Formats: sequence, structure tokens, C-alpha cells
Amino acid sequence: MLEILSYEFIQNAIIAGILVSFASGIIGSLIVVNRMVFLTGGIAHTSYGGIGIAVYLGLPIFFGATIFAIASALLLAFLTLRERDNMDTIIGLIWAVGMAIGIIFIDLSKGYSVDLMSYLFGSILAVSSSDLIYITILLVIITLSVVIFYREILAVSYDIEYASLRGVNVKFFYSLILVLSALTVVIAIKIVGLILVIALLTIPVYIAQSLANSLGVMMIISAILSSIFTLVGLYISYNYDISSGATIILVSALSLMIFLFINFLIRAKNGI
Amino acid sequence: MSILKIKNLSFAYESDIILEDINLSINERDFLAIIGPNGGGKSTLLKLILGINGYKSGDIKIFNQAPSRSIEDIGYVPQNTNINTAFPIRVIDVVLMGHSNNKFFKFGYSKDEKNLALDVLDKVGMRDYSKSKIGSLSGGQRQRVMIARALCSNPKILILDEPTANIDANGQKKIYELLKELNKSITIIVVSHDISVILGYASKVAHINKTLTFHNIEDKKRDINRDDKHFCEVEMLEMLGSCRC
Ligand SMILES: Nc1ncnc2c1ncn2[C@@H]1O[C@H](COP(=O)(O)OP(=O)(O)O)[C@@H](O)[C@H]1O
Ligand SMILES: [Mg+2]
Repeated sequence: MLEILSYEFIQNAIIAGILVSFASGIIGSLIVVNRMVFLTGGIAHTSYGGIGIAVYLGLPIFFGATIFAIASALLLAFLTLRERDNMDTIIGLIWAVGMAIGIIFIDLSKGYSVDLMSYLFGSILAVSSSDLIYITILLVIITLSVVIFYREILAVSYDIEYASLRGVNVKFFYSLILVLSALTVVIAIKIVGLILVIALLTIPVYIAQSLANSLGVMMIISAILSSIFTLVGLYISYNYDISSGATIILVSALSLMIFLFINFLIRAKNGI
Repeated sequence: MSILKIKNLSFAYESDIILEDINLSINERDFLAIIGPNGGGKSTLLKLILGINGYKSGDIKIFNQAPSRSIEDIGYVPQNTNINTAFPIRVIDVVLMGHSNNKFFKFGYSKDEKNLALDVLDKVGMRDYSKSKIGSLSGGQRQRVMIARALCSNPKILILDEPTANIDANGQKKIYELLKELNKSITIIVVSHDISVILGYASKVAHINKTLTFHNIEDKKRDINRDDKHFCEVEMLEMLGSCRC
């Protein structure tokens, strides 16, 4: 088992898995407590439009996805702050339009279809060294933003109206949370792909939520759980030669079910 | 001296008029109860006073300033504080959010801010719970934590929107006793459905259903006392009913 660790692509996969787990633990926690899961799904699928345009223009794909994801995050922040009542409709619309743009630009780019599956389902075994650098930079930005603005981010997440009354610039910090979600989505796509990114961002968080008594602790527990699920999933997928993204998600989901079952047993035993 | 003055205030969210020609004047250390039917516009009036909603016609002055200028002077306990109970947050962290955030950002909380938060928790009798998860408290305990959050900025006026909805009788009494104690130094404005209870504590009553009808029940209490030598809530209610101006 140890000799597989000597392959560079395995080393890269492990490092990327841990880095992305930390980003998704931190931001996934914010997404869940802010009830932005659907919103983040919208950002993830819209970023596919960026991938399509980047392919068409011959730009770096990671970069294209990042720009598009940030733009859609800002647009969604603007729209959802104004139109809280029509939020679901707006998200659904942007979600579909982003995907459609991506599909059409890919169609227009002749002879391109091979790599596309890796954006839908992830390609942790194909992480290059330059990908690692890019992921590290985004993780640093995400972590620093959350640490520096923790007080404001917590206030906006817990009670946005009250935060506004206390003088917090809620528009700025709400938008910041969405932009950070967009950055996380982009790097998480590399690991599990567009289709499964929401599961990666939320499953460890659901477990952490009931164990933690503060947002910060929740973020740390989520990051650690996510790392464990990712590495276990990676190991299993390598051994049985099955899709890594899907395996990681199934390992996470199975762990969540076991956790809920144990929780249920404990409650039943205590007669609640 | 009047510290809150509302003049000819009207308000509509879209086209339907919610509040019409509201006039109200509150003095220091008043205890104003706001009553009225659901959808009558009680919460809307509070949000106008707080500067959450902007108004186009009429005027509101708090300590002679426009509403949003008086952030520090007003403490607010919103309606429905039972939402979001799964949020992983400790009591102390909720209370700390009551401090004003007047700079673009502040890195964490200062020692002073933390001590003040513990002091107000003490005041509402919840200091022992400062490290508990907010979701593990009872409705009444959680409401007292929200009052502590509102007291963090040392407000001169405390505004509460239905603080005792969905709280058991014992919890309600604790909250009203707390408000009575706070009223020794702070002006209190509270929206409530428990009319018979609130009348025992309030000095003024405003009935809101699009328009506002004002009752100074301190005078009425005095009248009743003179006649009967005792205070009877049923009579109070009748008097409020009979003067449907
Ligand atoms: N944000 C809003 N947008 C549009 N209408 C609103 C909004 N908030 C409240 N309303 C309407 O204003 C009226 C008064 O509501 P509210 O002030 O909450 O009443 P109360 O607190 O007395 O029950 C209701 O008819 C309600 O539907
Ligand atoms: Mg109301």
C-alpha cells in the first residue's frame, strides 16, 4: 500500500484533497448556516458557462470558471438582497442559463469533449503542480478572509437584520460570503466535479453542526471530517479502479448515515 | 421630557396603506404597551422607529434625531427569536452581537466588550448559561438572552416585539418582571398580545390597527383606584374598550 504514495499524481491528489477539504469545511459551514445550499448550487452550475467560454477562447479553464463563478456570485448577491421573495426563481434561472452557455460554447469549440467529463465528475488523480499552487492561493484567500472578518461574517450569518442595525455593512459581507463560496466551488469542482460539489460542501457540515458549539469549531470539525472522507474515498477508488469523485461522496454519505443512526440509538437509549 | 416623537406618520410597503397618520409621544421611563390585531402594523411601526424601514410621509424624532442616527440609543428584541435554533453558537457570542459595529470591520471583541456582555447576561439572570448552545435553551431563556443582546449598547430605549409569544406563563412573568426592573432606568416599548398581563406593567397603551389610539392608563389606574380602592384588570379593559375614540 505504501508504494502508491511514491507516485507524484497520488501525492498531488492527497495534498489537493486535504487543501480542498479545508476550504470546503470552512465555506461549507457558512453555506449551511446561511441556508445558501441552493444558491451555491446555482453558482456551481453557472461556472460551467465559464468553463465553456474558456475552452472556446483557449483560456486556462480554472481561470475561466473562477471569473464566471465570481461574477454569478455577485449577480446573485445583488438580486437576492433585493428580491428575497423571488429568490428560488432567480437562482433556478441563472443556474440553467449558465449551464446552457457552457454547453453551447463547448459545441462551438470543435473537437473538444474529452476533458469535459472531468469537470462534471472531478479528476483528483489529474491534479497538476500548477493546479496545486492555484488551489493553495485560493485557500489562503478564503481562510484569511474568514479569520479577519469573523465577527462580521458571524453576525451577518446569524441574524442579518440585526447585524445591519448594529452598523455592519451587510451587503458587503453577504456578497463576500457568496464570492468565497464561488472560489470554493471552483476548486471543489476539481476534486469531485460539478455534479457532486454540493454534497462535498454539505455532508461533513451536517455532522459537524450537531457536534460544534460555535461556527469556528464547526468549520474545523468539517474540514477534518472532509479530509478523512476524501482520503478514504481516494484510497478505495484507487484500489477498485472506480470513479474518485463518486466514491468520496458515497463514503461521506455513508458516514453521515452511520452518524445519524448512532445519534438515533443514543436518543432512544436516553428515552428522548 | 419627550424622547420619541412621531408626527403624522403614514406608511405603505407597496400600495396598501399599513399605517395612517400616526402620532405618538413617549417620555423618559415610560412603559408603552402596543396592542392590536395581527397584521395591524405593530411590527411595521417598530421597524420605522428603528430605521429598518424608511418612511416618506410624516416625521420620527428620537432624541431629536432621525431614526437610523440613534443606533446606540435603542435596543431591539425582534419578533420570532425562535428561528435558527440549529445555528451552532453560544449564548455569549449572541449577546456580543449587540455591540455596535460602527467601523468597517472589527477584529474580534475587546476585553471591555466581553465584560459588558457578561454584565448584561447577569442582569437578565442568564450568566450561568453564557457557554451554552443557544438552541439548548428554553423559549423563555432564549428570549432573556435576546434582551441581554439588546442591552449591550446601554440603550436608553428598549423595544421588544412580542417577547412573550410561545412562552409558558412562568417564563412570561419572569420576562415582565425583568422589564419592570429595567424600566427603573430605561424607557420600554413592548408589543404584546397578553393584554391582561401587560396592563399590570404598562403606563401607556397604544392600540394599532392602521391608525393609532392612545391611552394613558396611569391616569386611568389612578381613577379606578380612587373609586374602588383596588385595581381591576377587567375594569381596565372595559375602560379601554369604552373610549374607542
Ligand atoms: N416586508 C413587507 N412587505 C410587504 N408587506 C408587509 C411586509 N411586512 C409586513 N407587511 C404587511 O404589513 C401589514 C402589517 O404587518 P405587521 O406590521 O407585521 O403587523 P403586526 O406586527 O401588527 O402583526 C400586514 O398586512 C403585512 O402583511
Ligand atoms: Mg408583528
